[in-house]
Amino acid sequence: MSEGRSLTKFSGGQLVAATQGTQDYVTFMIAKQLFGIPVLQVQDVLAGGNITCIPLAPKEVAGVLNLRGRIVTAIDVRLRLGLASRKRSDDDMSIVVEQGGELYSLRVDEVGEVLNLDPTAFGRNPPTLDPKFREFSAGIYRLKERLLVVLDVDRLLDYKGTQAA
Amino acid sequence: MDDLLSEFLTETNESLQLLDTELVKLEQNPNSPALLDNIFRVMHTIKGTCGFLDLPRLESVAHAGENVLGKIREGELTVNATRVSLILECLDRIRYILATLEETEAEPEGQDTDLIPRLENLVEVAEGAEPVEDAAALDEQEPDWGSALAESEEAEPELGGPESGEPEPDWQEAARAPQPGEPGGIDAPAVSQSLPAAARSREVDVEQASQCPPCAPHAAPSGGAQEGAFHPNAQEAPRESQVASQSIRVSLDLLENLMTTVSELVLNRNQLLQILRNQKETDFAAPLQRLNHVVSELQEGVMKTRMQPIGNAWSKLPRIVRDLSQELNKKIDLRMRGEETELDRQVLDLIKDPLTHMVRNSADHGLETPAERLAAGKPEVGTISVHAYHEGGHIIIEIGDDGRGLNVEKIKAKAISNGLTTESEIGNLSEQQILQFVFKAGFSTADQVTAVSGRGVGMDVVRSNIEQIGGTIELASRMMEGTKFTVKIPLTLAIVSALIVECGGERFAIPQLSVVELVRAKGGSENAIEWIKDTPVLRLRDRLLPLVNLRELLRLEPPEDDGVTALLEDAKGAAKGEGGAAKAADGDPDHADTKGFIVVSQVGTYTFGIIVDQVFDTEEIVVKPVAKILRNIPLFSGNTILGDGRVVMILDPNGVASSSGDITLAESEDAVSDKQRQSAGDEERVAMLIFRAVSKAPKAVPLALVARLEEIDMKDVEFSNGQRVVQYRGHLTPLIQMEGAADLPEEGKRPVLVFTDRERSMGLVVDEIVDIVEAPMNIELAGERSGLLGSAVIAERATDIIDAGHYLTQAFADWFHAEDRHADKTSTGKRVLLIDDSPFFRNLLAPLLGVAGYDVTPVDSADRALELCDAGESFDVIVSDIEMPGMSGYELAETLRNKSRWSRTPLIALSSHASPKDMERGRAAGFRDYVAKFDRETLLDTLHDMLHDDPNETRGAA
Repeated sequence: MSEGRSLTKFSGGQLVAATQGTQDYVTFMIAKQLFGIPVLQVQDVLAGGNITCIPLAPKEVAGVLNLRGRIVTAIDVRLRLGLASRKRSDDDMSIVVEQGGELYSLRVDEVGEVLNLDPTAFGRNPPTLDPKFREFSAGIYRLKERLLVVLDVDRLLDYKGTQAA
Repeated sequence: MDDLLSEFLTETNESLQLLDTELVKLEQNPNSPALLDNIFRVMHTIKGTCGFLDLPRLESVAHAGENVLGKIREGELTVNATRVSLILECLDRIRYILATLEETEAEPEGQDTDLIPRLENLVEVAEGAEPVEDAAALDEQEPDWGSALAESEEAEPELGGPESGEPEPDWQEAARAPQPGEPGGIDAPAVSQSLPAAARSREVDVEQASQCPPCAPHAAPSGGAQEGAFHPNAQEAPRESQVASQSIRVSLDLLENLMTTVSELVLNRNQLLQILRNQKETDFAAPLQRLNHVVSELQEGVMKTRMQPIGNAWSKLPRIVRDLSQELNKKIDLRMRGEETELDRQVLDLIKDPLTHMVRNSADHGLETPAERLAAGKPEVGTISVHAYHEGGHIIIEIGDDGRGLNVEKIKAKAISNGLTTESEIGNLSEQQILQFVFKAGFSTADQVTAVSGRGVGMDVVRSNIEQIGGTIELASRMMEGTKFTVKIPLTLAIVSALIVECGGERFAIPQLSVVELVRAKGGSENAIEWIKDTPVLRLRDRLLPLVNLRELLRLEPPEDDGVTALLEDAKGAAKGEGGAAKAADGDPDHADTKGFIVVSQVGTYTFGIIVDQVFDTEEIVVKPVAKILRNIPLFSGNTILGDGRVVMILDPNGVASSSGDITLAESEDAVSDKQRQSAGDEERVAMLIFRAVSKAPKAVPLALVARLEEIDMKDVEFSNGQRVVQYRGHLTPLIQMEGAADLPEEGKRPVLVFTDRERSMGLVVDEIVDIVEAPMNIELAGERSGLLGSAVIAERATDIIDAGHYLTQAFADWFHAEDRHADKTSTGKRVLLIDDSPFFRNLLAPLLGVAGYDVTPVDSADRALELCDAGESFDVIVSDIEMPGMSGYELAETLRNKSRWSRTPLIALSSHASPKDMERGRAAGFRDYVAKFDRETLLDTLHDMLHDDPNETRGAA
């Protein structure tokens, strides 16, 4: 089968914590940095998948794939963040998000657990942050051992202003 | 928005469209009571519903309009253009109010004091029963509008009052009105325009009654109960309620959703079938087959719900044309055929505007004014015809007019001044290619175009709109006869048939609509890719096909085992060196054979080939839009999921074509269809008999020269006077062989071409008769050898055209006097009119003169020649036979002397009687020279002398 293996199906608000004010994030790693995306934005998590390349597309667009009859555009988040690409393998993991009625799968290095985070630990981006990161980061969570960058999916997928030739 | 209000808006908008059409019809048939009843009823329904929904402004306008219609119906007012215009104006006002209602859910501010008093005036005119012409009456009463205004304001409260009493009598009447030809069933919720208005307005009411309880109190008395009570014909009532229950309104969103779901189902079905194909024996086979059928039926059914008659798109046309004809003072007859042709509503929406635009263009620029038409000998009333029909999965829409046609000269001038082309380039373009300029953006502003060609306002937009939905548009135009646009569009956009190809390891889908044919490119074969510098081209039949290498275009990595590259390399090698050709031919046949296909595609009128690695089968695909971030890649029109579950990109042939070069101007005459090519005239096709003799090379002779084909047994051949003869039908027919042929055997049958002129015939013995083909006889290499006229490309092969005359002289020494020797070949381009009643001589002399560099127009009688004269043709010289049925050569000469146009064109007589007396008579009649019919050399010399000694008197039509 060519469809990606669906690891987790996040359905609705099932996983949203009962505690008020806190928010759940799907975490993932890219280049040893921890990132998070609000769980409500996440449709699915995929491993592998048969990706069709799109010639002439921006280089961050890894291609398109079929997710249960819907066409999903795959984005290589590493390239989008200005990092070097990793060699593609069958175990590449992707997080599927919906934006503007279209599905995108964000290819990341590794998908981690879902964390329930306290908003008091949330802060703005340090102004000295790398411009690419600053552009796509909605803010930083200070966890005990490490920092988590909240990825701004809308900005990540907004190609109007930033698209490089 | 309030459900009731939105329903009202939908219905009223539909009714208004119907009213437009009906009113225009009424104007043409003012005495049709059925039409009037329909119109009145629709207007009344609008008014009635307004009262119910509390829309006073709309109601007062509708009321005023209804009153006028009422008077017309009662016969107190007659129908004329001004009155119809006024009612149409009233409709426009209703539309305006409706539009505001739709946006704001409230009536627009303001009063209709400019409109209502005029309508009321009309009513007063009728009530006063004064036989005053209303236009005059209106003018006279203009100053009184102020007072009329006051009246109308007074009247307003009354109007606002309850309407309940009034509809009753009207509905009685409506119910009693005769309704001929009312259909028994209505199948679509969006009711077809072609339905009689009676059935429609009735349906609307009954539907309201059944669907929206709040309006039941209103609708029930008017629609249901009354009908039962007042209708004497009891049979009709149940039938109508049936109609109502058979159609329901379904929201478009729901249909769209349904369509999407079915699309998914189709994809899943395809996927299952793909799996099934790989599994030989499985229990799933039978159920899957059934599923397949059910899904196909479901797909068809859902597609049908999206279908709407194309009449919906052009229901506005009669009104537009009517308004234009008034505005432009032209008389226009709009003929529409095929309104019932159905197509996807998505497509329908997209072609509405281009259609309207083209009709408007036809009315505005295509048709002449009545005076001009009369002067041109055409009927005063111009015709615009719109015709739609299905053809092989497409809808063809033809929009034509019988107007003045496009002015090629002006388009040329405009194209040059716009910098679209240059003087030198345009000389090489065919008329058809020049016409394509109207689709160029530079031709789009009204001003320029009216001054230039009278056409093409925004035709570039029309074209791009149509191409956007995968359609094509073609244009044909003849000066003074009219213009015709042919639009070809797919039935639906949602599911299309596509060819799956592979290039650089990736698969792509190409919409089948634009695929003309597939060619397998093989090194060393007929279909080898050739190179002009770095541009690949393919010789395809008689044309050069530009090629686009998909891999280069998409910047794909060449795979390791690369067929196309090898193929292209081979071809390059072949082009460069002699050794390369041999290598390409026998080097690695497998390599070249297995891969490399050319998908011949057509975009508009431009045909080109796309080089791909592999071609798979065709699949029904569901077109899905690509993600936003990919929309700026012009090469793809969407993507889809194939049966095996993988996603492929759909190539947009438009995008491919435009990324590969400037194709907006169709550079290829390939686009001109064969039909047009035939009618173009300059490449007249001649039936040629192809045979072999002497060598393997094909030879040809115009079929018209050949009287019969015979098979003659060599045993029957006798010798007479040192010549082979055969007895045939009591005559001796000499037999000739082509020069250099081997001696004839003693026995066995051989094919013989028999040439006959009057009582003489001769036979040419050949080896084999190959074929009869129709081909343009363009003799490219004039033959230096006797017996050959030259060579031409016939059926893709270089073919010797034999000179029948040469062999005739061999058979009969006196058939022609002279040896075949072509005179001056440099005097090209001189036009010669050849008049001879004998097809034999026409066929013989026309090629002879053609080879000598003349442009020959052969005709078979003096009358035809005079027709050409009248048609405005001009020639440098006229060569005419003397003895002809009908008008003789002498008479023709005399007639021509008296005609101004050709009076100065030199005339040469051609006759088998060349006595001095004949010559004298010929000179007296006006022939400049007199040539014996068989003396071809003298004819050529005479023509040469005449055209070169006398430069001042060449073109007769100076």
